Amino acid sequence: MKKGLFLAASLLVSSLSAPSVLAASEEVNVYSYRQSFLIEPIMEKFTEETGIKVNIVFAKKGLVERLEREGKLSPADLVLTVDISRSIELVEKDLVQPVQSETLEGNIPAQYRDPADQWFALTTRVRNVYSSKERLGKLPTFNYEDLADAKYKGKICTRSGKHPYNVALISSMIVAHGEAETKKWLEGVKANLARKPQGNDRDQVKAIKEGFCDLSLGNNYYLGKMVNDEKQVSWAEAVEINFPNQANRGTHVNISGVSLTKYSPNKDNAVKLMEFLSDDVAQKMYAEVNYEYPVKPGVALSDLVASWGEFKSDPVSLAEVAKQRAVALKLLDEVKFDL
Amino acid sequence: MYSRLSLSWITSSWAVSLLLVFPVLAIIYQGLVPAQALFQHLMQTVMWDYILNTVLLILGVGILSAMMAIPAAWFMAMCDIPGRKYLQWALMLPLAMPAYVVAALYTELLDFAGPVQGALRDLFGWQSAQDYWFPNIRSMGGAIVILASVLFPYLYLLARTSFLEQSDTLMHSAQLLGKTRAQAFWRISLPLARPSIAIGLSLIAMETLADFATVDFFAVNTLTRAVYDTWLGYGNLNAAAKISSLMLVAVVLIIGLERFSRRKQKVFQKSMGQETKHLIKLLGWQKWLASAFCWGLVWIGFLLPFLMLIYYAYSYFEQSWTEQFVRYSLDTLLLAGVVALIACVIAMLVGLFRRLHVRRGSDIPARLCSMGYAVPGTVLAIGILIPLGWLDHRLNEVVEFFGGTGPGLFFSGSILALICGYLVRFSAIAVGAVEGSLNKIPPSLDMVSKTLGKSSFNMVRKVHIPLISKGCFTALLLVFIESMKELPAALILRPFNFETLATYVFEFVSDEMIEYGALPAIVIVLVGLIPLIVLSRSIEQH
Repeated sequence: MKKGLFLAASLLVSSLSAPSVLAASEEVNVYSYRQSFLIEPIMEKFTEETGIKVNIVFAKKGLVERLEREGKLSPADLVLTVDISRSIELVEKDLVQPVQSETLEGNIPAQYRDPADQWFALTTRVRNVYSSKERLGKLPTFNYEDLADAKYKGKICTRSGKHPYNVALISSMIVAHGEAETKKWLEGVKANLARKPQGNDRDQVKAIKEGFCDLSLGNNYYLGKMVNDEKQVSWAEAVEINFPNQANRGTHVNISGVSLTKYSPNKDNAVKLMEFLSDDVAQKMYAEVNYEYPVKPGVALSDLVASWGEFKSDPVSLAEVAKQRAVALKLLDEVKFDL
Repeated sequence: MYSRLSLSWITSSWAVSLLLVFPVLAIIYQGLVPAQALFQHLMQTVMWDYILNTVLLILGVGILSAMMAIPAAWFMAMCDIPGRKYLQWALMLPLAMPAYVVAALYTELLDFAGPVQGALRDLFGWQSAQDYWFPNIRSMGGAIVILASVLFPYLYLLARTSFLEQSDTLMHSAQLLGKTRAQAFWRISLPLARPSIAIGLSLIAMETLADFATVDFFAVNTLTRAVYDTWLGYGNLNAAAKISSLMLVAVVLIIGLERFSRRKQKVFQKSMGQETKHLIKLLGWQKWLASAFCWGLVWIGFLLPFLMLIYYAYSYFEQSWTEQFVRYSLDTLLLAGVVALIACVIAMLVGLFRRLHVRRGSDIPARLCSMGYAVPGTVLAIGILIPLGWLDHRLNEVVEFFGGTGPGLFFSGSILALICGYLVRFSAIAVGAVEGSLNKIPPSLDMVSKTLGKSSFNMVRKVHIPLISKGCFTALLLVFIESMKELPAALILRPFNFETLATYVFEFVSDEMIEYGALPAIVIVLVGLIPLIVLSRSIEQH
């Protein structure tokens, strides 16, 4: 056992002396809510151009909380978010700092960045409604409100109501209609569900293909992903993509964003990376690789996304939407949406 | 009766256990702050559903795994059935499978688009999902089956060891007294194995309580999900800590039940002297049925999912075999090995402390070490970050006070945080296994060695350690495999540019691209197999 102890001790020491994250100067540390394989090609391009190494920690949950705990010792420089409310949360918890950069201001239209420069959107993504090609066809006049219409009883599929994408959509409903009305709507949607909320946005499209339901909620880029996946292309072919509320306030749009942490140890490099992400090369990659809508005006959409046509987006301030997040979560519990 | 233990032993037992329990205390402390509106809102709306689901899941998994493990363990220990030589270790294999990977694979297999339903549709000419009924794998039932089929080996291992250690003479006596084999099983074997069964079931119950990835994948709303939602959705650590405290209560209940079930019961049954085990010969159909039952378990929990993984890994090999993949594999292996060794040392420290230091309260360190097992990984991660973060801040202040440059996040930002997290989480397994074998050493052996003038240290070295080596080995093995598979704490605690294979695989699974994660998943499984093979060898030698 002594041998074992010695082995354990020496292994421990050797693993501790592994390269520290604090050492080299030419690097930038990123906490990412975005899946790393989506952004790695973009980061590689950045390293290629600048020689700055990008270190990433990816997690779907808990990064803000980790940043909070680490305080001023945090090694993180940037946080990448996939949802406006996360960006706002960073600001509210005082974990980020403003960035004054002409490049950022030039690249990102005012509506897509914080007036106080504490968060910046990099792409926008649409919360679409997918409909069965075979059973419903294209729905040009569909509204989110119609999801509660009794005629769709047992026809609707969605992922968990508590997923940030759905929470943001519900928050935007609260902004548009108030809390009481939205609760009624949520009850209606819940009553129409074909099955308990589960899986991700792609699963819902798959469920439409398989005949479990006719309508689903899903972000636009998933369709692009599915079209280019050997196995999933048949799911994609079974649905039409719809942009709801075109006759009134417009379709709900969310953002993916970036913020500079309050105690960023590699601030210069971090700002360089932010600027790079907002600029042509990265924006084009976001559009081409991930089928999102680039925020920088003039950057071309991918052909597929462009083929879905122009649409009107809900002009409501995203900060207003994010403010309703807690109410939206509360309503979800009250109607037991996921249960 | 016993001489005093050295002071350093006493202090280190207490110190280690207090260190291990600290993160749990940090969470309880957070949970003690008076209830806020949010917690009350949760109690009024969804909390009872969460609690009910959790209870149902634990009961379901417990009952189903008992139905799987106990017969299998008994067949393996007592009966001569076809394929016994392979089965006795094959039945351990499901332990190496991460539950969420199995969940994802069975979903591929059994959902509407999967080959099973496809074949049924072809066979019966059904057109759509409306034409027939098929159980939905993404449900409470599905979660129970999946969790039980990968967790039952915990119980199998412990029950089998217990059956094996039962002296043959007892069975012979029963037969001499005219009892049938079934009667002997119910009245002798099973009651004698009860302590091990209770430990096995409580391990399974706690694993089930802490599972996040599987219930999340299957959309079953348990307390673990409630903690996640509350902490990471509502952003309310206080309410999340309260729910975690609820879960701690559940664990105390489980452990209490386990202790209660074997109160006043001490089993000393080490077969003395040279005894050859006589295996029961089953009748023709009986032995084939028993064999089929055991192979069925191996197929469900291991072979079938493993074959699927191999198929995917083969089909997607080019995309999966990367430099990253190789590095993550080596890192994970090292990490799990270190954790397993330390956990074993801790288990021996507190286990022997309890045995040798016969005073009121001497079992407290062992109990304290076991508390972290109950805390779901994500919450535990926060419990780890609170004290380690505090240490880091103080350390930096001190260094900076003397004019130096602070080392940054030396504790909480390094692999140390992850090692601590795993130790807090998995020491319970090691403690349970080591304690189980320590309890089986008759106290008379201690007395004899004392009479012969051995010091405590020499007694431990010459008597206890050789006798508990099997238990230690089981402990090492279980902790190693658990650390390889651990997910939620790793997601939060891992330092920059560090992935465990589990986090790497989960990234693919959560995006429903298990095909790409198949190769790393196979590595988790295969590496988990190495200790299983070693273990089965050592079992054969004994």
